[in-house]
Formats: sequence, structure tokens, C-alpha cells
Amino acid sequence: MAAEPNELRDDVLNGLQLSTQLERVWRTPSGLVGALMSVDHKVVGRRYILTAFAFLLLGGILAVLMRIQLAGPEKTFLSADKYNQVFTMHGSTMMFLFAVPVMEAFAVYLVPLMVGTRNIAFPRLNAFSYWMFLFGGCFLWTSFLFNVGPDVGWFSYVPLSSLQFTPTKRADVWAQMITFTEVAALAVAVEIVVTVFKLRAPGMTLDRIPLFVWAMLVTAFLVMFAMPSIMVASTSLILDRLVNTRFYDSSSGGHPLLWQHLFWFFGHPEVYIIFIPGTGMVSAILATFARRPVIGYPVVILSLIATGFLSFGLWVHHMFVTGLPQLGAALFTASSMLIAVPSGLQIFCWLATLWDGRPVYRTPLLFVIGFIVIFVLGGLSGVMVASVPIDTQVHDTYFVVAHFHYVLIGGAVFPLVGAVYYWFPKIAGRMLSERLGRWNFWLAFIGFNVAFFPMHILGLIGMPRRVYTYTADMDWAHLNLVSSGGALVFAFSFALLLANVVYSLRKGALAGDNPWDASTLEWATSSPPPPQNFDRIPVVKHRDPLWADSESLPVVAGLSAERREVLLTSLAEAEPQIREASPEPSIWPLLAAIATTIFFIGSIFTPWAVLWGTPPMAVTLIGWFWPTGSKEDEE
Amino acid sequence: MRQTIVRDVSDLPTYGYGPRSGPWWGAMGFMALEGMGFAIAIGAYLYLYAVNPTWPIGASPPDLWPGTVETVIYLLSIIPNEFTNRAAHRQGLAKARIGLIVMALIGIALLVLRGFEFAHLNTRWDNSAYGSIVWLILGLHTTHLATDVGDTVVLAVLMFTRHAKPRRFSDVTDNVFYWNFVVLAWLPLYVLLDWVPRL
Ligand code: HEM
Ligand SMILES: [Cu+2]
Repeated sequence: MAAEPNELRDDVLNGLQLSTQLERVWRTPSGLVGALMSVDHKVVGRRYILTAFAFLLLGGILAVLMRIQLAGPEKTFLSADKYNQVFTMHGSTMMFLFAVPVMEAFAVYLVPLMVGTRNIAFPRLNAFSYWMFLFGGCFLWTSFLFNVGPDVGWFSYVPLSSLQFTPTKRADVWAQMITFTEVAALAVAVEIVVTVFKLRAPGMTLDRIPLFVWAMLVTAFLVMFAMPSIMVASTSLILDRLVNTRFYDSSSGGHPLLWQHLFWFFGHPEVYIIFIPGTGMVSAILATFARRPVIGYPVVILSLIATGFLSFGLWVHHMFVTGLPQLGAALFTASSMLIAVPSGLQIFCWLATLWDGRPVYRTPLLFVIGFIVIFVLGGLSGVMVASVPIDTQVHDTYFVVAHFHYVLIGGAVFPLVGAVYYWFPKIAGRMLSERLGRWNFWLAFIGFNVAFFPMHILGLIGMPRRVYTYTADMDWAHLNLVSSGGALVFAFSFALLLANVVYSLRKGALAGDNPWDASTLEWATSSPPPPQNFDRIPVVKHRDPLWADSESLPVVAGLSAERREVLLTSLAEAEPQIREASPEPSIWPLLAAIATTIFFIGSIFTPWAVLWGTPPMAVTLIGWFWPTGSKEDEE
Repeated sequence: MRQTIVRDVSDLPTYGYGPRSGPWWGAMGFMALEGMGFAIAIGAYLYLYAVNPTWPIGASPPDLWPGTVETVIYLLSIIPNEFTNRAAHRQGLAKARIGLIVMALIGIALLVLRGFEFAHLNTRWDNSAYGSIVWLILGLHTTHLATDVGDTVVLAVLMFTRHAKPRRFSDVTDNVFYWNFVVLAWLPLYVLLDWVPRL
């Protein structure tokens, strides 16, 4: 089973010869069909990132519409009914179509490069996951544009979302969109785990894995353990609505609180699924711009893992006002507060790194510092709502809206924009403009705080969330006006980001391999990376390979140069074990996603879709797994 | 960046078995999340059980025979499954083919029995929350079973074509491994569906 003797291997080729040969083997076929067949993690990752940002734009437009409506008392810009749809679409889009997907998308692009391999594990599944995400998102938004968008809040509480109170298709659309996006998220999670476990470059032992990769690994596990819960929940909901099951119907033994348990068992970890990748981005950016490794590498990893574990114990804190037994509530309060500890530890490690380093204040680092400030504030208000008496007070007021935007935007969006500035040169081969970047940062930072800080006060003085308007005698008008102004500034900062990207794609300075002089492997190849990622797989001997081996990178030879091969290594020590075939491009993942889409959407309208929808799915799956088109099988 | 070749990997094998291979880890991943799905569904069952004064609601417990016969078959199926496993590890094509066919037939028999099991639940999905949750759990496990049987059939067919390359034996062992999970997942569900309502 060793190499066939006449096989072309990379040790007989060198330099340009090797590059061109590998490019031929690994490139995505040309033309439209070729593009639809692509299984290159970079191509899929780029699409994923762009699509997720498109959804950020859409969700952001809705946010601005809400803030216009709320800028003054008794405005009639949006009707009550429209407002319900708009906040539901905003929350659902942000959580399911932007925040989680964008983080996974960055992982899809970056993790294989950072662990030094040629493609993600299960590239076809990866392509399938992207199509599912795209179709699910388009389905939700098309429904919205045709006026059947959901209007029951991003957590669709029953009985509000049950047939009795929402007889139209709105809640079905919501529930099925969940299934689409979760299928996508789960697939990517499995790919990330296996990529990190098995595809790491030789020598990349567990204590040499980059912190961003660690963060994505923990996130992938959170996805795998949290998302099945929401899938069970939304499937039960849609069954209740379509075929009369009684899961949530209290007249037949069902229970509305079951929904809340299932939802929050997912919904709370969800926040960490969004936040933990953010911390990974922060660690990566910080090390590069502080010009030293992050202090307390093991502490950071243990914090990540601890945060992951604790996040599961916390779902009940969303249900304090539902009347839980006393002891239970006390316990959950304690564990809600406990989770501040690992987050705090990480923050100390980052601050120490900055302190001890020689920081270079470029745009990515500015966003990281903005993150630290905002996130600490969000954490403080979080500790407040974690306590039962305060939660009972501010429950469903704007205090909560303020809190979770501080956490979500501070914890995820700021690091994310930093990450865009940081990795754009790698992905696009060109630098983003630093001048525009600084404007971008300051407008975002100021705009954000002006938009969301006043909401704390609004909440404390009693403004409830999810109201489409309020009367003038409530004295909420001034703060709301300020908040809306801030929101416009914040939104404008994203327009600057977009302008910067568009401008720099053509006019930006050429990046070169490693413009920031960073230490991790993605910077060891050209920008943008070639289809094969690396001409030769690197060997890792240090936690910061490019800093330690800056003279010459140790690499392996002996992989096939005429077919797609990746190197598998052992779990802990990353010792080379197998040269495994990596799948060729294929149209089947797209066809499978189309079949699944027809099945999912059809089943909203008729249960029979389960019958006629299954065979096409089966056919496409067989086509997908049937080993044609893979070179090894055609010898 | 300059490069120094420090290692030659050309004599490594091009496929492997179990935790050495990528697909095995993929199977592990899917087992983890499917297992989680079952755990959540069991949690939902127990929750409904706890909040309802009577259980089962307005129905008698399921008839025991279909689930019990299935359970026996599941347990016995481990024997031919292991036979297939060994055949695949030794790369014995003829034996692996036989093993796959037997396993496919067992799977199909179980699917047929599953039909009877639905018919003998003694409740409809729309009778009560009890009916809903037992149909959901049984439905989940049936989907799980059906995909595995589909996979086994396709693999069996594959082993009769020119694609029956040595590396395919690794796929066969993964299929075997996955079947063990299907069996393992069934056991708690059997207790839950057939015995808990009799408590
Ligand atoms: C320009 C930035 C944003 C603005 C101005 C904004 C504004 C708002 C407002 C005013 C609400 C409250 C609606 C109400 O209760 O009446 C809201 C809800 C919400 N926002 Fe945002 N938001 C922004 C960005 C984000 C981001 C980036 C995320 C997530 C990553 C997010 C997630 C949510 C969620 C989950 C809700 C709850 C929706 C619901 O109750 O169903 N928002 N947002
Ligand atoms: Cu929470």
C-alpha cells in the first residue's frame, strides 16, 4: 500500500515545476459549472464569509429601520405588525445567518491553512453545508419579502408561535430555516473537529496549536452538543403545526416550557458559539501586533474549555421569571456568575501580553482594544442580569437589549472586523487602507456606545423591549433619539468597511506572504494561497513556527503530485500516519442541497413531501459517495 | 520562504483503519451529534413524563413484541457484523461481500419490523403529548436506521464493482462500527419506549 512505484511524487519535482503540477491537481475547474463544483476550502470559505456579511447587511438595514421607528414617540414609520416582523427577522438573521455562519466561515477558510494542510476534512460536505446555508437564508428572506416572514421573535416562544396564535406560514418558515442553518452548522463543526484532530502538520502537538484553532475546536464541540437541541425543538414545533402533534399543547399533556428548555439549552451556548471564535481572533491579532506570543497559552486554552463546559449549565438563567424552584435558581445564578471567571482570566492574559509586548497600533489591534472595553462593560451588565432579583426587575426591558448587544457586538463583531483587517491581505492578496480603517474603527466604537449605552438607562426607567412605539409622556424620547443617532453612525462605519474592501481589492498595496510578520502557518504561503495551499507540508517544531524558524521552514516530501493527497497525523503528537486521498470537485453536493431544499420547503406545505422528497435526496447522496471522479479509482 | 526537507513520507500507507483514518473520525463526529439528538429527545420524553400526572396519556403502553423482537435481532446482528469486520480487516473480498449482504438483509428486516412497531404503539402522534414524543423518538431512530441500511446497501453494491479496491475495506469497517452505534442507541430507547410506560 505504499506508493505505487510509477507514481509522480513531489520529491522528484522542485520549485516552479512542483507548484504548477500541484496547482493543476488541486485547482477548481474553470467555468460556471466548475465554480459550482468547487470543494476547495478557500473558495467555499470565501463564499461563506461574503454570504454571511451580506446577511449582516440585511440584518443591519432592519436594525436601522427599527431605530428610525423608535427615534421619537408615536412614529408611524413602521406599523406594529411590520415591527414584529422586522425585529424577528433582525434577531434571526443576526444569530442564525450572520454570527454563527461567519465564524464558521472564517474557520473554513483559515483552519486548514493554520494547521498546515491542503484542504479541510470532508470537502464535499463542506460545499454541501455552504449551499444549505445559502438556500436556507434565501428562503427566509424571500418569505419576508413576500410578507410571510416570521414575526414571533428570534426565539419563537410557544404558544405564540403555535398554530392557534400564528395560523399563517410565518412560524413554519422560521422553524424550517432553523433546520437548514443547523444542518450547515453541524456539518462544518464535524469538519473542523476532524481537520484539527487529523490533518495537522507533523509536529503540531496539542500545545502548539494556534489559539484561534483551539477556539474554533471548542466552538465546534459546542455546536455539536448545543444544536441538536434546537433541531429537536424546531422539528417538534413544525410537527405540532403541520400534523397536529401535541408537544407544546398544554390541553393534551404537552408543555410550553419544554420549548423554553430546548431552546435555551441551545440558545445560551449559542452566545458562546459566537463569542469564543471572537476570542480566538483576538488572540491571533494580539500576538501579532504585540509582537510576542500570548502570555499564558495554557491558561487561555483551559479558559476556553471551561467556558464551553459552563455555558451548558446556564440555560435556565433565561427562565428565571418562569417560576423555578428556589434552590435551582440559586444554583444557576452561581454558575452564571462563575462563567465570568474564565473570561476574566483570558482578558488578564491579553492585557499582560499587550503590557509586555511592543504593541503596534494598526487597525486590527484597535478593534481588539475596542472589543476588550465593550466586552468588559457587557460582562458587567451580564453579571447583573445573572442575579435573580435584578433579572426579575429588568426582564424584557431595554436593559437586556443593551446587555446582549454589548456582548454580541463587543464580543463578536469587533473582533470580527479586526479579523477582516487582519486576514484580508491573506485572502485577497492586498492590504486594506489603514486610513479608512482608523475612521472605520473610531466611528464604530463611538457610534456603538452612543447607540447602545442609553438603552441601559431606558431599560432601568422601564422601557420594555419589542414595543413598536411609546408615548411622549414616558420621557423616553431623548435617549431614544440619541440611541438612533448612534445607530446611524455605527451603521455608517460598516459602509466605510465595505468601501475599504471594494477599493482595496483593486487599489490596495500588494500584501506579500506575511505583511504583518505574524507567526502562524497561514502566513507561510503566498497571498492569496494557491489551490494546494502549500507546495510542501510544513513541519512544526515550535508554537510560533514562523518566528522560530524564520530562516528556513522545515517541510516534508513524498506526497503524491498527481492526485489529491493530504497527510494524516496522530491525534496528540501529530506524527505522520497516512497519505489519504482528498475528494475531487463534484456537482453532487449542490444537487444534494437542492434536493434537500425541495424536501424541506415542500414539507411545510404538504406532509407528502416527505414521501416524494426522499428519493431525490437518496439519489444525490449516492451520487455524492459513489467513488467516480476520484483518480485513485480510475487507475 | 526557504524550505528544508526534513522528512520523507512516501512510504506511508494511503489508507488505514479505525482512528488512523479520516472517515472514522467523521463517523465519530456524526455519532456524537446524533447521540446528542437522542439524548435531547429522551430528555424531552422524561420531561413530559414528569409534568404529566398520568403516563401514558389516554393510551395503553406499546405492545411489547415488535420492540422486543427487534432488540433480540439487534443484539444477534453483532455477530455477523463482527464477521464482516474481520473479513474487511483481512481484506477477504468474498467474505466481506457475504457479510455486507447479510447485514443489509438484517437491516431491511428491522425496517419491516419497525413498521409493525409503529402500528403497535397503541397511540397516534396526535392523541396526546405522549403519542407525539413516542412517534418522534421512534421516527428519529428509524431515520437513523434507514440511512445506515441505505449506506450498507450502497457499500455492498460497490463491493461487486470495479471500485472494490483495498481501501474500500476501510469503509466497510467504518460501516460496521457505525452499526454498533445504531444498536447501542436503540437499547435505551427500547427501555424508554416499551418499559417506562409500564412503571
Ligand atoms: C447596527 C447594529 C444594531 C442595531 C442598531 C440593533 C438594534 C436592535 C434593536 C433596537 C433591537 C430591539 C428590538 C425590540 O426589542 O424592539 C434589537 C434586537 C435584537 N438584536 Fe440587534 N441591533 C444591531 C446589531 C445586532 C447584531 C450584530 C446582533 C447579533 C449578532 C443583533 C442581535 C439582536 C437580537 C438577537 C435581537 C432580539 C430580537 C428579538 O427580540 O426577536 N443585533 N436589535
Ligand atoms: Cu444565557
